[in-house]
This record gives sequence, C-alpha cells and structure tokens, in this order.
Amino acid sequence: MTGCLMLAAVNFHTLLFYLFAILACGFAVGVVVADNVVRMALYLVLSLGATAGLFFLAGAEFIGAMQLMIYVGGTLVLLVFGVMLTAQAPFVTIKTSPGDRVLAGIVAASLLALLLQAAFSVEAWRRPGLGEVAQPAATPIGVALVGIRVDEPPAGAPPGVRSGYLLPFEIVSVHLLVVLVGAAYLARAKRRRTQRAIEVAASVQSLVEPVVEVPRQARGSASALATGGTR
Amino acid sequence: MSGMLGAGVAIAGPAFAAADGVSVAHYLVVGAILFTAGIVCMAVKRNALGVLMGIELVLNGANVNFIAFASPYLRGQGAVSLGIDGQVIALFVILLAAAEAAVALAITLNFYNNHSTVDVDRADDLKG
Repeated sequence: MTGCLMLAAVNFHTLLFYLFAILACGFAVGVVVADNVVRMALYLVLSLGATAGLFFLAGAEFIGAMQLMIYVGGTLVLLVFGVMLTAQAPFVTIKTSPGDRVLAGIVAASLLALLLQAAFSVEAWRRPGLGEVAQPAATPIGVALVGIRVDEPPAGAPPGVRSGYLLPFEIVSVHLLVVLVGAAYLARAKRRRTQRAIEVAASVQSLVEPVVEVPRQARGSASALATGGTR
Repeated sequence: MSGMLGAGVAIAGPAFAAADGVSVAHYLVVGAILFTAGIVCMAVKRNALGVLMGIELVLNGANVNFIAFASPYLRGQGAVSLGIDGQVIALFVILLAAAEAAVALAITLNFYNNHSTVDVDRADDLKG
C-alpha cells in the first residue's frame, strides 16, 4: 500500500525525462570518447533512440516516430554499412593524439559553458511547463506540408496569416531525388582496369598502329602504356 | 494529475515547481550537450565515419531545441510556443540529415577506394 502511494507521488514525466536525458547525453559523450568505430556506431544508435524518447515526452510523437524510422532505422543502418565496408583492421581504431584531445576538451568546455549560459539566460524558458496536453500532430503536419494550416495558433503567438510548407516540401522532395541520383552515381562500382584488359588493348594497338579503335574501357591506360609519350 | 501538480505549485511556490517540473531549459541543456559532443567528434575523430557521426549528433542537438520550443506541454507561464512550425522544421532537418549522410557516405567510400584508407588526415592531395 505504501508502495502504491510512493508510486503515485513520483512524477513519471520528470523521471522519464531524466532517464532519457542521461542516456542521450551519456551515449553522445561515449561516441566522442570511444576509439573503436563500431562502438561509436552503437553508442550513436542508443543516443539517437534516447533522443526519440525525449521527443515523445515533449509531445512530438510524430517527430519521435520519424526519428526512430529515418535516423535509427535508415541513416544508422547506412552508417553501419559504411563501417563494415571500410573496417579493415588498421582503420577500426584510429587513435587521436593526446594534444588534440586536450585542445578539444578546452574548446568543448568553453562552448558548453556558453551554451548553458544561453539556455538559462531567458527567464520564461526556466519556468516549468504548464503541462498543456498537445493535440495529435500528425494530421496538422501532413496538411501543413501541402500548404493548408488546420492547427490552432499556439497561445501567445502574434496574430496573422501563417504560411504553409508546400514550397519547402517540394524543394526537399527534389533535393532527395538529386541526392539519390548523386549518391548512386558517386558510390557505383567502377569498371576495373585489369592487367588483362591493358594487355589486350596494347596488342590491338600494336597490330593496327595509325588509326585504332581501342575498346572504350581500356582506352586511357592502353594509350598511356602502348604509345608512351609520343601522342 | 495536473491538478495535483497545480496544488503542489500553489503550496510550495515557484522554487519547488522549478525544481520539480521539466522546463524548456532542461531540453536546451540536453541539446547543448549533444551539440558540443558532435562538434568535438567532428574536430577530433580521424576516421571519416566518426566525423559523419559528429554531424549527426550536431543536427540531433539542434532538433532537440526545436522540439522543446515547439512543445505546448513544456511551455511555461508567459512563454510563446513555436507550435507545429517547430515540428515541421525538425522533420525537414531529419530528412536533410538522411540525405547528407547518404552523400557523405558515398564520398567516404570513394575516398576509401582511391586512397585505401578512411583517415581524413591522409586526404591532403590539395596541399600546396
């Protein structure tokens, strides 16, 4: 019975906030401290997951779900693939020199002092939240992305026309298309110029010397190899 | 629940409430720590993928701030909330971070193919 009373006295929002905040910050520091790139990836996953929990606690359930799906489910899988593709033994752990670490510590401490001072500088930000329960945000966000606002203006906001997000939505969609094409182009498998192809091209070149149609994929190396500096 | 919280505030005054309830400033502190960790990660790591992870942390710290300012739940007495706008901006940040990670990973793989290393200190071909 007393256990029930104690449980009722706990403010679960505050408790969960501190839990997720400590997890997010602790694993973020873990990303910095760790030298092993695989561990860094794991800590980053946990930090971003805990941040999604913070988003849920702040009432942004749609953004929290997107954080889990896009960041943790997509971007981090991409990063882990990158880690696996490049994880040759000497590159798994690349140590930072101690001088760099000291310098980074000084910079981090001063930057953190500045940011914390800024975070506590405005009196209205320090007042505890009134606990006004948010409306579900998925529908207002989705409709705002096609240019129509159906959400109530937040309390205290200045009156006036609020713009939708159709243009940024279009820009981002074209941006994603360009990025898709560009990333596929950059990361495509190259045709390898093997020794065999160079030899074939060189023999063809020596057979028909003046006008020659070398196979396209071996042209550069064949001309360099067979004709040397004469061209 | 909120009634109980209100009673607590009324009895104990603002000092108790500030110690108990979560405010926007709490979220700003979390965002500041994530941001600083990301900056240090970008500056210190010699692995190109570590630099990428630092960028993700920085963007995530910025997102925490956006969500905190957008939340009606955390809005204190007399403060103004961003409302839906902050959440939409956070969504755009997540999308652009995904796009940026894809391109940066492609560049890293290209660098690895050409130089057989992911150490960013070795990318000094342009040094005069």
